[in-house]
Amino acid sequence: MKNNQKYSSVEDLPEASVASVSTVYIKTGSWRVYRPEIDKEKCIKCFICWRCCPDISIGIDEEGYPKINYDYCKGCGICSHECPNEAIKMKREGK
Amino acid sequence: MNRAGIPIEEYVCSGHSACPGCGALLVLRYVLKVLGKNTIVTSPACCFTAIAGMFPDTCIEVPLLYNAFETTAASASGIEAALKIKGKKDNTHVVAFAGDGGTADIGLQAISGALENGHNIIYVCYDNEAYMNTGIQSSSLTPMGATTTTNPIGKEAGWKITPKKNMMDILVAHNIKYAATVNPSYPIDFVKKVEKAKATKGFSYIHAYSVCPIGWRYQPELGLEMGRLATETGAFPLYEVENGKYNITYKKKTKNVLEYYKLQGRFRHLSEDFINDVQVYIDQEWQKLLLKEECSKK
Amino acid sequence: MVKKIMTGNLAAAWGAKISRAEVIAAYPITPQTIIVEKLAKFISDGELKAEYLRVESEHSAMAACIAASQTGARTFTATSSQGLALMHELLHWASGARTPIVMANVNRALAPPWNIWADHTDMMSQRDTGWIQFYAESNQEVLDTIINCYKLCEDRAIQLPAMVGLDAFYLSHTSEIVDIPDQDIADKFLPPYKAFYPLDVEHPLSVGSLAMPHQWYSEFRYKIYKSMEKVIPKLNKIEKEFNKEFGRNYTGPLDLYQVEDAEIILVAVGTVAGTVKDTVDYLRSKGLKVGVIRLRLFRPFPSEELIKALKNASFVGVLDRSFSFGNEGQIFSELKASLYQTNRDPLIKDFIVGIGGRDITTDTVKKIYENCQKCLKNKKIDQEIEWTNIKV
Repeated sequence: MKNNQKYSSVEDLPEASVASVSTVYIKTGSWRVYRPEIDKEKCIKCFICWRCCPDISIGIDEEGYPKINYDYCKGCGICSHECPNEAIKMKREGK
Repeated sequence: MNRAGIPIEEYVCSGHSACPGCGALLVLRYVLKVLGKNTIVTSPACCFTAIAGMFPDTCIEVPLLYNAFETTAASASGIEAALKIKGKKDNTHVVAFAGDGGTADIGLQAISGALENGHNIIYVCYDNEAYMNTGIQSSSLTPMGATTTTNPIGKEAGWKITPKKNMMDILVAHNIKYAATVNPSYPIDFVKKVEKAKATKGFSYIHAYSVCPIGWRYQPELGLEMGRLATETGAFPLYEVENGKYNITYKKKTKNVLEYYKLQGRFRHLSEDFINDVQVYIDQEWQKLLLKEECSKK
Repeated sequence: MVKKIMTGNLAAAWGAKISRAEVIAAYPITPQTIIVEKLAKFISDGELKAEYLRVESEHSAMAACIAASQTGARTFTATSSQGLALMHELLHWASGARTPIVMANVNRALAPPWNIWADHTDMMSQRDTGWIQFYAESNQEVLDTIINCYKLCEDRAIQLPAMVGLDAFYLSHTSEIVDIPDQDIADKFLPPYKAFYPLDVEHPLSVGSLAMPHQWYSEFRYKIYKSMEKVIPKLNKIEKEFNKEFGRNYTGPLDLYQVEDAEIILVAVGTVAGTVKDTVDYLRSKGLKVGVIRLRLFRPFPSEELIKALKNASFVGVLDRSFSFGNEGQIFSELKASLYQTNRDPLIKDFIVGIGGRDITTDTVKKIYENCQKCLKNKKIDQEIEWTNIKV
């Protein structure tokens, strides 16, 4: 269920359709069929995965490793394919 | 501050509706990283209209103006004029962000007019090689041999036989100050070229390769691999033209176009003969490009 | 206060200049060309601080104006017939985007066949686009209305674009004495434009995004409807102030001439009203009770004001300088519809006049009047629509 509650009636709408609510509340992670998992043993912190993510769903954890934000990751697999050290594996969601 | 060769700061946020593995998102993400906060983007009806979300949501953190399909360049020139008269143009970049349809087809007249007038804007065309937002119809930038819904394969061969319109040549003919082709698979080159466009006082054009797993029919994880093959086979050469001087920025053309075409479902129907013809065409264009670079040096 | 002899086109250019338009994007088309030429000259002479965009089509002109307006600049453009038709898609866009653009439209016939003379079909065809529409009778009115339009359109309650129509050649190329408002007084009357949702890097917004059927597209359109309803009261208020500051006497959406006790009232728009007024003077000198209502404002349609003005009339003759093929003249249709909801039922007839610039003389108007008189005597109209002065 989408939460679109910023406006409740025609009275509080702006005159023109100006949008300012960030999409960060939309958890596109629910689209996923395969999920990427980072193996920290193999990870060399090159951050190529961060660079090539179209969903900007790779952040950085306390130890300085890339961290996948599963709220948004759509499971496209580009990070896994691009990782130079094969540190990211795609696993079927739910297994 | 850079990370993995590109600026760290993000101006697009998660939660947008792009397809998994969307190339257009990477293009916009990299362009905004280079241009920064003081940017106004204007975008027509295209994939991005749907990607950014519906009212009142938006995934982009700089001002964005949606304009009618054929008016992107005109809209950008209007924003530039208003900023100039308000004394704000020096600190603000105006970016026109359109797809291949909105640039080379319906938007061609406006871009020609705005370019001839020398407006100080950066025009980014994200080329996913068809009208993807409306369901994969052909555009003039759809490559030779591709099948789409308006170039379907039926009882007769209906796929596209004409090659991509050469937008770079068209714009160079207008004496454009700076034009470049970029590819997210080569991010350092990408960022360098956008920096040059940023520094240009006048009209600059960035033609970006933009993969589309749905329209091209391949597994999304091959997105950046596809980009590398496109450039290494010569299907999408990386070069820039600065005041008429050509400079090829990636010279390794080592692979046969078959290696690129065979990975995509939209080319699956092609015969070996046709792919050979495509190779001949690509080789000719590559030779022309090398000659242009040679002549530029004189 | 300076009086100059000038054509309607020059008056339009002066209107934009006095209003301190900041971005002007326009494409030349006969008979509007002088407007854009004059504005380009004002700018290059340093008399007007503005950006002039020499766009490659009217469509791009309107696109650039919309974008410039949304960035916060006061914008102006001008066009005519084919150009206005080409802009059609973006006329809807300008009103939907709530941009207070002011445009001068030289009313000219649509092709084919090619015809560059006065006709209202171009502007009438755009009456559904959500633009406020004025029709001027004199060059003075062209200049004054442009200034008033900015004040009206930029008001928070309105925020809609407006077009001011001036008849091709009758106004655009005919010289009249025009009083140019004092710039200082105009600056006090019309302060600088302040956009409500500008494109600003300090406050980023995405302007014009997708709106779904279940929310909020209908509500946005409803807001345009509500704003249109506020136009006439606002216009009356603004014109009262304008009249005081500049010594004019504009009377809101209608210009009434001898209608108080008129039995037969003619309704007209644009320069033809001047000829009708002359004919009314002549007929009145013969003791005939006739008057004329000139519609200054066509959108929003001033039904209430019209019904009130027609209160004593038994016959209404509407002069349409345009036609909606498959139906009737547009002013006739809308007036007839307004009358239906009241208990007034004068006889009403449509006279199609002056199509493609055909001259309307006092003789034409006298013939129209005589026909009205005859119908009134017979207590019924002979035909609902009459194309006058046609070589049949």
